[in-house]
Amino acid sequence: MAALVDTLLQRSLDDLIKSLRSQPTLESSIISRSISEIRREIRSTNPLTKSTALQKLSYLSSLHFLDISWSSFHSLELLPSPSFTFKRLAYLSASLSFHPSSDLLLLATNQLRKDLSPSSPSPVISLALDFLSLTASPDLARDLTPEIHSLLSSPNPSIRTKATATALRIFTRYPDSVRVAFKRLVDNIDSSAAIGVFCELSASDPKPYLPLAPDFYRLLVGSKNNWILIKVLKIFARLAPLEPRLARRIVDPVCEHLRRSNAKSLVLECARTVALSLADYDEAVRLVVEKVGEFLASEDDANLRYLGLHVLSMLGPRHSWAVEMNKELVIKSLCDPDANIRREALLLIMEMLFESNVVDISILLVSFASKSMPNPEFCNDILEAVLSACGRNVYELVMDFDWYVGLLGQMSRNPHCAKGDEIERQLVDIGLRVKDVRPELVCIARDLLIDPTLLGNSSIHRILSAAAWVSGEYAEFSRNPLELLEALLQPRTNLLPTSVSAVYIQAVFKVLTFCFCSYFERLESGHMLSSLGNPIAGTGCQEESDASTVVFGKGDNAAVGNLNNTGAIGCKPDSLSGSVNLDEQFTHASVLRMLNLIETAMVPLSNWGVVEIQDRALSVLCLIHMLQRFQVWNRDEEGLRKDGRVSEFANLMAGVFNQELGPVSANSQKRVSVPDGLILKENLADLTAVIGEEVNVSVSASTSFFHRKHHNGETGEETKILTESTSLLSEHRKRHELYYLPAGKDEAQSNDYPPANDPQLPVSQCGASEDLVELDDQPLLSRHRKPTKPRPVVVKLDDVDVRENSAPESTVDLKDDLLSGAVCDVLLGNEDNKPTKTQKKSAKSQRRKKDRPTYVEPASASQLRESGNLVHVELGSSSSKISRHGHSKEKQSSSQGIEDNEDGSQKNLTNSQHHYRKHKHRQDRDALPNLLPQTPVIQDFLL
Amino acid sequence: MIRAVIVMNTQGKPRLTKFYDFQPPEKQQEMIRKVFGVLCNRPENVSNFIQADDIFGPDCKIVYKHLATLYFIFVFDSSENELAMLDLIQVFVETLDRCFKNVCELDVVFNFNKMHTILNEIILGGQVLETSSEEVMKAIEEISRLEKSTSAVSLIPKAVSGKLGR
Repeated sequence: MAALVDTLLQRSLDDLIKSLRSQPTLESSIISRSISEIRREIRSTNPLTKSTALQKLSYLSSLHFLDISWSSFHSLELLPSPSFTFKRLAYLSASLSFHPSSDLLLLATNQLRKDLSPSSPSPVISLALDFLSLTASPDLARDLTPEIHSLLSSPNPSIRTKATATALRIFTRYPDSVRVAFKRLVDNIDSSAAIGVFCELSASDPKPYLPLAPDFYRLLVGSKNNWILIKVLKIFARLAPLEPRLARRIVDPVCEHLRRSNAKSLVLECARTVALSLADYDEAVRLVVEKVGEFLASEDDANLRYLGLHVLSMLGPRHSWAVEMNKELVIKSLCDPDANIRREALLLIMEMLFESNVVDISILLVSFASKSMPNPEFCNDILEAVLSACGRNVYELVMDFDWYVGLLGQMSRNPHCAKGDEIERQLVDIGLRVKDVRPELVCIARDLLIDPTLLGNSSIHRILSAAAWVSGEYAEFSRNPLELLEALLQPRTNLLPTSVSAVYIQAVFKVLTFCFCSYFERLESGHMLSSLGNPIAGTGCQEESDASTVVFGKGDNAAVGNLNNTGAIGCKPDSLSGSVNLDEQFTHASVLRMLNLIETAMVPLSNWGVVEIQDRALSVLCLIHMLQRFQVWNRDEEGLRKDGRVSEFANLMAGVFNQELGPVSANSQKRVSVPDGLILKENLADLTAVIGEEVNVSVSASTSFFHRKHHNGETGEETKILTESTSLLSEHRKRHELYYLPAGKDEAQSNDYPPANDPQLPVSQCGASEDLVELDDQPLLSRHRKPTKPRPVVVKLDDVDVRENSAPESTVDLKDDLLSGAVCDVLLGNEDNKPTKTQKKSAKSQRRKKDRPTYVEPASASQLRESGNLVHVELGSSSSKISRHGHSKEKQSSSQGIEDNEDGSQKNLTNSQHHYRKHKHRQDRDALPNLLPQTPVIQDFLL
Repeated sequence: MIRAVIVMNTQGKPRLTKFYDFQPPEKQQEMIRKVFGVLCNRPENVSNFIQADDIFGPDCKIVYKHLATLYFIFVFDSSENELAMLDLIQVFVETLDRCFKNVCELDVVFNFNKMHTILNEIILGGQVLETSSEEVMKAIEEISRLEKSTSAVSLIPKAVSGKLGR
């Protein structure tokens, strides 16, 4: 009774849709209510109620994305219904609730078998095939292979077509089914569905389908169906690279289609085939370029313009003239309203980038990006393309680095620029790798730092961070370090995120150190010069007060505020201080002022909430206080000079940032081999005992680390510490020889790459610094570069290059491999040998593929002459059975081939045609020992 | 092959979805949302193709046609020809037009099952079956005939429920 009530009161799918449409805001509650209804209705024994419930469920699953896998059993219950309407609904909901790994799928096998029987009405078969194509699991595919096999020769063309499409899924899920059903597929090769299946199959591994080339060729020449032609062309595009003679054969028909066809889709496919596989044939390429020109010129059809560019970019790298011919249209496409076309044009242009034109094109693109962009997204696409093209393979395209860092600066000023990360990376990276560009780099960095407007744009803060780092690290190239300090300390820097602020403070620290040291150096040399009686230096010292007012004038007026007003965006430093001699900037007063300026700026930062900033600010302050402790500041320069402590301190500070930083290879740690007997994962529990003993040693070791590489001579005390520590170290080494890296090896390894910025390993202290100097230069010379061009040296790391170059090999997964193996066997007639285990089979076919490359059978030579173009190619098979689509000649030649091979093919070599002799000879040596045990079948290529 | 067929309206509401590779429902929803995100930002009179590697996986492209309030979208990979896919959308739309006599969004909304039936005659398992809308119509007619002949058994309850339902 309840069931009857359900049936009578059940809401239909239309009701559900109507209620969903009438109250769009209550959608989710309506859905959940109907789901609970459906859960009740679906259990009904009345097929009508059940089917309506399933129908509603299908709707909700398909368009409201509900998971309905729970209903799969109910769909199964309705599948056997005699009513086609119910069956259709059941299949639809089953196809939505099942997937290839569903457990219940096996329960459907019998019903599917029944529905797939040739006696069923064709719409029923269609439903079952559709379901099977969507959900076939390996088991289901295995069980239903015979049904598909018989349907492949159904008299109804529509069923045949559908069975063909389903066969593709069966083959991929259960590769052994190929052995049963593949022949039928080959028989149907004239149908578009079968060609589609071959096209799909050849996508993953085209090689097994080479023997079908004659059939494909016949279709290419004879078929009038554009769908078939397109698929055949796709197949040939994949086969042609495997067999050079194939390309020669198909080039004429392809050209013919290019000339004759009115169907744009076919023309497009021909053009693509030429671009992919026939790029050697000039006539074909010329035709394609002509057609592409027509595509590009079609004003009213954006699709054709887009596809034209697409084909052009496939032709591009090899036939640059093709792009050159259409240059205007390509450049024009950069302004196309269609984003696809713009992007494709950009891609094309970037592919045409060579050393010779990289400067022009990059300038063009970057200025294009900065002026005419209503579209920030595309503007960034352009910037990204330029960055990645120029940065590719350690800047291999860039000859003039001064120009390139200038370009980076220009990109940073683009208001839409969102590529801060990459520009930051490249600025720092170029600084590390290219020594010659550092002065220009510092100049660019200064221009960026000094511009207060840039600080407001958060997307380029990363670039500013790089600029700050560069100008700190290479402060010695700065033309006006004092100005740089002001830029680094300007008030708007409080807009920076903390990570960048930290870099700024560190840069201040470095510049301060540099200024102080060079000021002091000047004092010393000035003293020496004046003691030698140099009048110029003498006057320089005496007129110190004048100099200070001249040079530091700007700073004096408004040390900080001034910078806000200047807004010196494009101003080159030349205009500000180019004429000023660096030495003259460091006067007594200016240095003093500098210290005050820094102190004023740092004091608030030392109370900052972020430790990164607080930490660095405090160390800067600490340095300043130390400097100020020398009361001599109140005295004149003469007094300063005489104070030994000051000079000692200057030398010390000069040493702190003395070590040059280099690029560090990501793999350098891996290169250090683990010595025998050292177990890295061993528990370190007993270490505490050792530490107690060694604590002195470690302290002095760290001291030596701090004083790395002084070349200004240490004080006596320091040397003492050093020698003490080295002696301790050597003692330690003696005791724990085992845990030390072998010294000799160490040097050999570091030969390959520049020293990482880690402290020297405790090898002999005396020679280390000279070694390092040498090592620094080593990799610069080792890398290839073009000797004809005065390109600055770019440091490269061997292993990084290797890693970049070795692209991961494309791996064919096991399924594909099994499938290819099975197809090989079927096409070459190896079906007696039914496998019991697919694994074994695959291993075999794999081995065969490896062992036996395409092999030209000499016996065919005479036939070749007879039949004009008959060429025999052996493709590897171990059976003498002849594949069914072969030709009468094949039989003859195959048996002959076997005999020849068994006799040993040396004698055949003599009567083989000259054309093949060389090839054959090589094959003999390589392949024959492997070939002999297996008797090969010769495959005809009637092309 | 064809990876998916989607029909959605200009508000992003899906009207027909069919994925030829299994995708869990929540993934389908996400993909469709992304596709709509791309489509709704495209102006009129631009090309109909979109590189969709980031939505559907490597090598996948979308071809779409905007007709009245509906987007017709086919997702396909490198084994298909772009312009041929565009033609196929045309075939699909033509067939709908023949079936529903000037098809509009409402027809698509209320004929969920029929949409699937039509699509199944054009594409199966991601392979193109038929490119002539006339042939498709013949197959559809055959199916309706079969439905009528086999539903005689359950004719009466159906009629009752049909009356009550409306």
